[in-house]
Amino acid sequence: MSLLPVFDLGLAVLVLAVAGWTIAARELFSSVVGYVAYGLLLAIVWVRLYAPDVALTEAAIGSGVTGVLLVTSGARLRRAGEGEAVAPGLSQRALAASLAVLVAAALAAVVLLLPEPPPTLAPEARERLAATGLGNPVTAVLIAYRSFDTMLEKVVLLLAVVGVWSVAPDRFWGGAPAPLGRARPQGALLFLDQALVPLGILVGIHIFWVGADEPGGAFQGGAILAAMWMIVMIARLTGPPRIGARWLRLALIAGPAVFPAAGIAGLGMAGNFFAYPAGFAKPIILFIEAFMVLTIAVTLPMLVAGPPRGSPEP
Amino acid sequence: MSIALDLFSLVAIGLGAFFFFAGTVGLLRFPDSLTRLHALTKADNLGLGLVVLGLLPRVESLLDALRLIAIWALIQVSGASTAQLIGRALSRRGAAE
Amino acid sequence: MSAATLAGLVGAALVGLGLYGLIVNPQPLRKILAFNLIGSGVFLIFGIVARRGASAGFPFDPVPQAMVITGIVVAFAASALGVALILRLHEETGAITLDLDASTRPPGEGARDT
Repeated sequence: MSLLPVFDLGLAVLVLAVAGWTIAARELFSSVVGYVAYGLLLAIVWVRLYAPDVALTEAAIGSGVTGVLLVTSGARLRRAGEGEAVAPGLSQRALAASLAVLVAAALAAVVLLLPEPPPTLAPEARERLAATGLGNPVTAVLIAYRSFDTMLEKVVLLLAVVGVWSVAPDRFWGGAPAPLGRARPQGALLFLDQALVPLGILVGIHIFWVGADEPGGAFQGGAILAAMWMIVMIARLTGPPRIGARWLRLALIAGPAVFPAAGIAGLGMAGNFFAYPAGFAKPIILFIEAFMVLTIAVTLPMLVAGPPRGSPEP
Repeated sequence: MSIALDLFSLVAIGLGAFFFFAGTVGLLRFPDSLTRLHALTKADNLGLGLVVLGLLPRVESLLDALRLIAIWALIQVSGASTAQLIGRALSRRGAAE
Repeated sequence: MSAATLAGLVGAALVGLGLYGLIVNPQPLRKILAFNLIGSGVFLIFGIVARRGASAGFPFDPVPQAMVITGIVVAFAASALGVALILRLHEETGAITLDLDASTRPPGEGARDT
């Protein structure tokens, strides 16, 4: 007798219920809290799907950092003042509901009619895994087999930061974003920082390092480091840096710069763009990942901090 | 011996689940936010401790056991601090009303 | 029904829920939330494709999982850009919906200087 299907069913119902609460809640803050809880439940679903790397990423970035982003921006909107918003009428709701049901039904049909036997790239992934020297196939896909995708994704992150900064008025360019936390942090927050941040930095580096052979990796570790910097900023122990600061800009481009450099070096070392020389692959992969972690740890908090709000000092 | 350990795990995790359930009942039934916060922090911390205790016989190495205990300690620290912050915000809002 | 199929159906339902929330909620921040919901539903469907691709000794197919990880990070970046645009729109016009005809500013408040 197995209880697992019952657990799966209960989990599915819970996920849908919390997602429904997120849509139906009256206040933005309740909705965001619901979304964070939904993200954590989703992480458990990912574990049930044998995807621990995705579960870590969903918990850290999908629900954690996105939750911080929405809460801080919701607070900024509230502080700036609110007016009335026009809610749609019943007929519009009915139309939207029928569209939603249609799309959901189409996707459900796709899910139920997926081809049997399922196509898969796992055998190819298994073949070359030994050559990369890694134990975690997802990391191998990210940095070895599909490294081009990951490199372009780093560029997307950089573009997002540039986009967020460009939204500011011209006279603020080069200044610092608005502080993340309240003016006078409470003792409990300072205590949390002192207790959590040193440990969190260790855990972040550990998860990045271990990601070569076990679930983990650059994104997950970088997200934890980013979270540590964010709670330090929220406690007002340090402010968001000026966007014109040289160290900040170097850190932001470290990932997207080292990656293609390693790819071009592959031309010389192993005969092909983005090829890693046999036997030397793992150190190169970890080298690239280290710079990726640095960039992610700096990019995520800058995306949450937002556009610059103060004039740069002369 | 292993049957005794399994039984111990079962009992501890079952008790932990019961405490989580009790905390949720408190969340739903207590009259105002501060009492609900109290129910959540006390019951959930104890529940988590019992669950971790129940999982300890099932780990494969000492390092994993230490990791479980470290996770429990971290959750206690962050849970306690968060509860303090929420309580302060609640009392500030209550004083303003 | 296996865990994978159940998760896929949940993903489809989440896309529907998110689509409804995206259309119906007037506040832009709630729309971004609903958009994230749609995204996570799509990722779940990717995830079951990965789970069903179990073979060659792996309990999953690693390629779709790597794509989902990439997707989660990019979805966050897009949300951050959207939030920055919303906050700037609010600063400029005081609007908290995207509806151009709705009068949303309380009387007496002027738009901020550029």
